[in-house]
Parts: sequence; structure tokens; C-alpha cells
Amino acid sequence: MTENAITLGRPDFDAIAEWVQPQERVLDLGCGDGSLLQLLIESRGARGWGVEIDPQGVLAAIRNGINVIQSDLDAGLSGFEDGAFEHVVLSRTLQTVRNTQQIITEMLRVGREAVVSFPNFAYWKNRMAVLNGHMPLSEDLPYQWFNTPNVRFFTIADFDALCAEMAIVVQERMVFDEKGNRVLEEENFLGSLAVYRLARR
Amino acid sequence: MPAHSVGLVAAQSARFDAPLVLKSGAVVPAYELVYETYGTLNAAKSNAILICHALSGHHHVAGYTDPEHIKETLGWWDNMIGPGKPLDTRKFFVVGVNNLGGCHGSTGPSSLNPATGHPWGADFPLVTVEDWVRAQARLADRLGIDAWAAVMGGSLGGMQALQWAIDQPERVRHAAVIAAAPRLTAENIAFNDVARQAILTDPDFHGGNFYQHHTKPARGLRLARMLGHITYLSDDQMAEKFGRKLKNDAIDYGYGVEFEIESYLRYQGDKFASWFDANTYLLMTKALDYFDPAHATDGNLAAALARARAKFLVISFTTDWRFSPARSRKIVNALVRNGQDVAYASIASQHGHDSFLMMDAQYHAIVRAYMERIAA
Repeated sequence: MTENAITLGRPDFDAIAEWVQPQERVLDLGCGDGSLLQLLIESRGARGWGVEIDPQGVLAAIRNGINVIQSDLDAGLSGFEDGAFEHVVLSRTLQTVRNTQQIITEMLRVGREAVVSFPNFAYWKNRMAVLNGHMPLSEDLPYQWFNTPNVRFFTIADFDALCAEMAIVVQERMVFDEKGNRVLEEENFLGSLAVYRLARR
Repeated sequence: MPAHSVGLVAAQSARFDAPLVLKSGAVVPAYELVYETYGTLNAAKSNAILICHALSGHHHVAGYTDPEHIKETLGWWDNMIGPGKPLDTRKFFVVGVNNLGGCHGSTGPSSLNPATGHPWGADFPLVTVEDWVRAQARLADRLGIDAWAAVMGGSLGGMQALQWAIDQPERVRHAAVIAAAPRLTAENIAFNDVARQAILTDPDFHGGNFYQHHTKPARGLRLARMLGHITYLSDDQMAEKFGRKLKNDAIDYGYGVEFEIESYLRYQGDKFASWFDANTYLLMTKALDYFDPAHATDGNLAAALARARAKFLVISFTTDWRFSPARSRKIVNALVRNGQDVAYASIASQHGHDSFLMMDAQYHAIVRAYMERIAA
């Protein structure tokens, strides 16, 4: 599989790949079939482990030769040692986790840095949808309100505020529009997907 | 012949004349191991998989031994192993072995002690999981297998796979550790001891030398098995299968068989006591109790596992309370801590500890997927 085939439609994957160095240990939370880890292993020479709760995801990851650990994110990362990983990734999943602060704290406990990506609720098209009286539907928010796995709805500005409150350092932030192009200004308005690289202070 | 069966199989035997010094310091002067093989060892001898058995298991893992009684003589893991099965014998050369101390043909307490001309009985030394690994390694030598593609087992068999990976790191490429634990809890040991007491206090036990009295401690062994069997099942499964169903639709106000579960357990106990050796049962439970690879590293399992070079597949079952998923997670966590390769599946299954022997689509798909990658 080529790198392009894996990353198609996942600009956050490319951003994460840039941050990972050879031999670094990556833990991918909600790793699915292990596509991101496979990319990081093949293109970056990283070492990877993934956590996945869905049986089909676990099976697919094992087929892909991924070190997948079947576990529930809401149960926390208590099985993992402090500082066991260089990077702990939570890709497009933070909005589905009920205990937001706990998972971020845990990620920064077991990892030197945490990488999170999430859909920006304040993206202008989402704002338009709500102004027109409906919950938004988009490339990055693909679910109907009644079947969405998302339980937390927040914006880039909200997340910045949470990081400040939790005394977390935002080392880097990349924001993308729906097409996956980088957004460099008015990010909370023009950005559909945000990727953060976080560290402990 | 049933579909995907390895077919009619026959046991082989290997005799080892070099003394084996056990962990306890005792010496087994010579011993025999019975084993079966399925599939074909490739020219590079790189496709061999060792199956380690649990407490009451043996070398007859797959296929059948009597074409007139196929169903009755199927191997204990026949649903897992065969052509086209999760562990595909068209790709792998699979070896099943009866452990030292067993009662299915390998040297054990019921074998003749050449020094006395009588069965070993109480004189047969206690063996540990480490001892089994060393005994099995000699069989690997004999078969010309330098390294196993995988060592695989459930329960006590999974513990052997774990021990193999630690003790013989260069000889194990993959270890499949299923429904196991890194060591027994006090509760596990407690259950084992009640089982042992049932046997040891049976008047027919004769201090382990019951063979000379032409009897056997069937009552004790039966009780031990009944107790053990409860720990292999789940509460949910028992509720579903038996509930409070009565054998004769009415309460008798007596101590005979009234509830279905009583009938079932007594039947299982009687059946087991008719074919299993009480001394072997005692010895196997002790091997379980003693198993603790982290003992040598001050309780640090990660330090114990650091020697391993194998990649690991760890599988647990949600309703297994004998060796719960949390016990398997200890193994997984230690491996991850070391930066070792491990895949872990927690299978939603009704069948408690016995799930590892059952047909389950997800469980078998996981094993199949893992094994296909090994074979590729």
C-alpha cells in the first residue's frame, strides 16, 4: 500500500507522521484497523501499539499485523506506565469520549506528548447549519444528531481555553478545511479539522 | 471423515535417556513423551507449532483415533486445528504432547518406576511449568525443530507458552497465550487446594500408592473435578443451561440428585474419575500453583518477560473468572512496558474459562488472522 492510499482524506495523518521520528513509540487510541500505525511504521520507522474496543477493528488490526490491545478508552489508560510512549494519538475521537480532561491527562501521563485531532464545531459551514436551524453535517461531522457517536461538541477556541486551564502546552496546531487544505488564518472560522500536539508544562 | 479434519491419527512416543534435573532438584532418570503431529514439517523446519495442554489435556489435540467412533475420539482442540481451520495444518506442522507427569502415555505417577517395578505413585516428583518446557525442548531437538513458529496453549497451556518465550527466547517466534494468567491468585490456589484435599483424604488414595491396592481414589477425584468444573463455567452460562431446573420436576426433601446442575456435575465428576489419574491431577494443580515467572525478578513481570524475543498473541474471555481478562492484561501491560510486540483480544463469550475450547466466530477469526500472518 502506498502512503497516499493510506492517507487519502486524512490530512491529520500526514500532520502526525511529520511529528514522529524513527524508533519512537506511538500509542494510537481508537486505532481501528491500524491504518495510522501502519503509516507511521512503514513511512517513519516508528514502533506502534493501538487501543481499540470494536471487535471488527481489533480483527482488522491483527490482520494488518498491528500491536492492537482490545480495551475501552473510557476505562482509562491505567494499564500503561508513565512515559511509556513518545507520542499518544487520539485521532478524531476526543469528541466521543465522555471524560475529556481525564483522557487528556492520561495521555500526557503515558506519553511525552499527546496528539489529538477533532472536528471544529465552529467551522463556518457548521455555524451556517445551526443558523439555518439544523445540526451540522460535513466531511468531518458526518453523523446525524440521532446516531452520532460524538458526545462532546467544542471548537478550536474552546479547546485552546481548556489547554490553558489545564496548564497544557500547545506545541503545535494544524488546522484543515473540509478538503484537507491547510488553514492558516481565522482558523476557528475557516477550519473543519484541528490537529494539536500537546505536552506537559 | 468430518470436514477440515486431520483425520485418523496415532500417537508416537519419544524416549529420553538423559536424566532430567527438575526445578525441585529431584531427578527423572529417563522418561517418555507421547505426542501426535499433524501437517508436514517444511524443509526449512520453520512451520512447527507446539500445542501445550491444560490441566486435564493431553497429546491428542486434533483428529480422531477410532474411525468407528469419530465423535467420541476427537482431539480436545479439534475445532481449532486442521486443514482450513484457524490453525491450518496445510500450512503448519502441529505437535501435541502429553506432559511429563501426565497419565496418557508420557512418564508419570501411573507409569512403572524401573527402580522398583511398581508404579511411581507418590515417588513421582512434582514437576513445574519450567520442567515441562525443558522436557518439551528435548522433544523439539528430537524432531529437528530449532525454533517453533509458535507455541500455543490455553489456561495452563498458555502458561507453558509464556514460559517457553522466557526460558527459550531463541526458539519461540510467536507465543499464543490464551485464557491464562501470569500467576495464580490466592483464590485460584485455594480452589486447587480444596480439590487436592478431596483426593488426599480419600481412604482409597493410600498416600498416592493406590495402584498396588488395585483401587483408586475415585470419590476424591470426582469431587476435585466437580469443584474444578464449577470454576470453568460462568454464572450466566450455568443460569442459562440449568437455572433451577429440577431433574424430576419436584423437590424430594432429600440429598439425592434434585437440581439439574447437581446431575450434570456428578456426571462430569464420575466420567472424569473413570479415566484420569489422581496423582496426575494433584501434580498438575501444583504446577499451576507454583507457576510464577516473575518470582525470579522480585515480582516484576516485565523484567521476567524482557528476555523473550517472541511476538505475543494474548486472548482472554469476558466471563472467565478463573483467569479473568484482568489477569491477561497484566501480561499485555508488561509486554507493552518492555516495548514488545503483542496483540490482545478480549472475547465476549458466555462460556467462562472453558471458552478457550469452544467454537466462537470472533475468537477463531482472531487466531486465524494471527496465524495467517505467521504463515505468510
